[in-house]
Amino acid sequence: MEHYHMNLTLKVWRQKDSKAKGNLETYQVKDVSSEMSILEVFDVLNESLINDGKEPIAFDHDCREGICGACSMYINGQPHGPWAKTTTCQLHMRAFKDGDTIVVEPWRSRAFPVIKDLVVDRSAFDRIIQAGGYISVNTGNAVDANSIPVDKRYADAAFDAAACIGCGACVAACKNGSAMLFVGAKVSQLALLPQGEPERETRALNMVAQMDKEGFGSCSNTYACEAECPKGISVAYIAKLNSEYLHAGLNDSDS
Amino acid sequence: MSLEAKIPEGAMAEKWTDYKGHVNLVNPANKRKLEVIVIGTGLAGASAAASLAEMGYSVKAFCFQDSPRRAHSIAAQGGINAAKNYQNDGDSVFRLFYDTVKGGDYRSREANVYRLAEVSAAIIDQCVAQGVPFAREYGGLLSNRSFGGVQVQRTFYAAGQTGQQLLLGAYSALERQVALGKVEMFSRHEMLDVVVIDGKARGIIARDLVSGKIERHFGHAVLLCSGGYGNVFYLSTNAMGSNVTAAWKAHRKGAFFGNPCFTQIHPTCIPVSGDHQSKLTLMSESLRNDGRIWVPKKKDETRKPQDIPDEERDYYLERRYPAFGNLVPRDVASRAAKERCDEGYGVGTTKMAVYLDFKDAIIRYGKIEAGKAGNHNPDQDTMVTLGKKVVEEKYGNLFEMYEKITGENPYNQPMRIYPAVHYTMGGLWVDYELQTTVPGLYALGEANFSDHGANRLGASALMQGLADGYFVIPYTLGNYLAGEIRTPAIPTSHPAFEEAENTVRNRIEKLMGIKGTESVESFHKRLGKIMWNKCGMARNEKGLKEAVEEIKALRKEFWSNVRIPGEINEFNPELDKAGRVGDFLEMGELMCIDALHRRESCGGHFREESQTDEGEAKRDDANFSYVAAWEFKSDENWELHKEPLDFEIVKPTQRSYK
Repeated sequence: MEHYHMNLTLKVWRQKDSKAKGNLETYQVKDVSSEMSILEVFDVLNESLINDGKEPIAFDHDCREGICGACSMYINGQPHGPWAKTTTCQLHMRAFKDGDTIVVEPWRSRAFPVIKDLVVDRSAFDRIIQAGGYISVNTGNAVDANSIPVDKRYADAAFDAAACIGCGACVAACKNGSAMLFVGAKVSQLALLPQGEPERETRALNMVAQMDKEGFGSCSNTYACEAECPKGISVAYIAKLNSEYLHAGLNDSDS
Repeated sequence: MSLEAKIPEGAMAEKWTDYKGHVNLVNPANKRKLEVIVIGTGLAGASAAASLAEMGYSVKAFCFQDSPRRAHSIAAQGGINAAKNYQNDGDSVFRLFYDTVKGGDYRSREANVYRLAEVSAAIIDQCVAQGVPFAREYGGLLSNRSFGGVQVQRTFYAAGQTGQQLLLGAYSALERQVALGKVEMFSRHEMLDVVVIDGKARGIIARDLVSGKIERHFGHAVLLCSGGYGNVFYLSTNAMGSNVTAAWKAHRKGAFFGNPCFTQIHPTCIPVSGDHQSKLTLMSESLRNDGRIWVPKKKDETRKPQDIPDEERDYYLERRYPAFGNLVPRDVASRAAKERCDEGYGVGTTKMAVYLDFKDAIIRYGKIEAGKAGNHNPDQDTMVTLGKKVVEEKYGNLFEMYEKITGENPYNQPMRIYPAVHYTMGGLWVDYELQTTVPGLYALGEANFSDHGANRLGASALMQGLADGYFVIPYTLGNYLAGEIRTPAIPTSHPAFEEAENTVRNRIEKLMGIKGTESVESFHKRLGKIMWNKCGMARNEKGLKEAVEEIKALRKEFWSNVRIPGEINEFNPELDKAGRVGDFLEMGELMCIDALHRRESCGGHFREESQTDEGEAKRDDANFSYVAAWEFKSDENWELHKEPLDFEIVKPTQRSYK
């Protein structure tokens, strides 16, 4: 792979804390290698800000290999930037060319308030999981793992749904700030497995109720969530959620 | 102070059963009144917090990430071992135990390892019951694959995302307990000290990383599940936030540190590309099931790898270790790569890399797939097309990750890989009950030293984290807490809390007051270079002595010239990092001291002075068959204690994978 260097203009959202009014600040970054990840560009920029006696830019990041779901930059109008199925930390500067301007903002959603600069509070996702994103099995209760065979097709589909990293890009991408893809992925994963069957209906109802309570918007099927999901979670799981929810709702009103 | 490992009497296979049968229990009404603090929410922490809460204890769990689901266990790729013998290939608890003790180069405690092997099967059952979507065969049963250092297939996996799926299972169990009010969760919180009252751990001092506020939390017991310290090397496969702080604070409060120099350098990572590099990315060991490792036979080879014919390639692992081939343990594979590169056979622009090639696997799988479709004479293109699909199903996410980072397509050309720091076998010394030398203070998972000796086998970290959390601590903690039922919650106004908080506050204020000229990151990088060059894959007396002095000097410089922007009482990642790097600067010194004192090679610890004629690690059992447990006396001053290792079952021999 050919390497090259570039000079870039970065426009970055700066916001002191959750109450402050934020604004975009402009920075020039020189001699960026195409082999760097965008977070490494922020490392370099922060190093120079610190050396100049200024406040570095706060951003969430941890594993830097696309799996922890911490990183969350809204880059040139797209969550996680221009590459499909890629987290911010895996976005490498080959995606850009000399002279480019890159605008970086935090996730924008009512349910994800800004903590500082590019860092947002995604604890609403934890609370949705608390509402039912689990199978109630205490440690020690399990039967032998091979005692219940699972059709490989369902097992594979459950795995695809379970690939969600909880980053929130789906919410940030959605004009309504809907969390349907996140919720749909978890509800589907557990509904597709025999182990998830006993709580299937209450799970769908309770997780959706919590999602609404957290202030996430409704789904209007624009599919922006799937397009921006770094793990390529399919909107088919939203359809699955709708069907699970409807089914559960009908049964619920029966009882 | 003497080290009492508290290994139960009796035959190896009966110890754990006997222990469980006689251990003290806490009745349900008392469990409610007992408070347990859990630091870290990775596999060990989340599984422990959830299990203890299910039993009825009142749990407080802490993590520095914004959600417990992001703990670095999430990034584990390849799999988890368990002695299920689903493949009917001769696996058993004994074999898993044996492989682990041998793989650890006879520097682990047999009784702990046996228990680990014993509970391994139940882990898989528990995870499946939680909805963990392990890979399955067409018949609907679980699939297995091989990992390094063993000759059976006992590794369960979920593509290359096994850690993620296991952690999400434990995380969901944890969140269920949060919903039930049995766990109080503190995200974006960092533990900064252990509070010890009358010789027992009674709580912690934590800092809220959003507000900067310092908090006091009482607990009848404190569990450290805070992971390893590989980031002392700056560049490692650890997450950026992974740190030694919780374990180090405990160490300074009296918990001995076991075998700190035992570091695992993983053979298959994406090589360093430049000075900007912030971390290294692992390519799962599972790739060695199908990938063949080689370098050109000719030095300064300029041809593309695809253009080098087979007879001009040196498949050096297959050549040196015909019995295990590409699946030798990690320490062996790493050193062999270093040896080839040091000799001048390395590839890529830096010449510090070797090839990991899937060409043969693609053809092999392609042929099988074509055969299934009735085509017994497939042409090259057909085999390649079909074979790529099989490889994609097995390793697709890893190949994608490789391509994003390097810009090269590993389906068409071999990966370039090089060893990188990945895991630390060393950790807080614990007894059979996972208790440190401070009563009431426990260490689980990577944070303790106990199960992997001097080298961890692949797919065993996940096993150990979950074994400790789901199936060990629920029994052993009760044995201690049964004696605490008469201890009411101690108010956090107690002078010991006051004192610990002041220590924490003073250190933070001291850091902020330095107002020097060099960033935290820069100090961290400099420390990492010293550690990698002198306490890395190969170590010698001269280098280690130099490293100790260099680290001392660097630490002095840090405390007089570090620059931390911002304020204390706000969200300030630079300040968080400064505290952690300050601890690494102490930890690094102890690692070098430990490496210096251990004048033998074993597992990942390779002392150049101690090698066989063939360049393999040469142990010195007569003098070093013990756990080195270091007691912190005062700054820069440690006392060595030794826990002798007796091997009643697996008799130590020179490890051979030939």
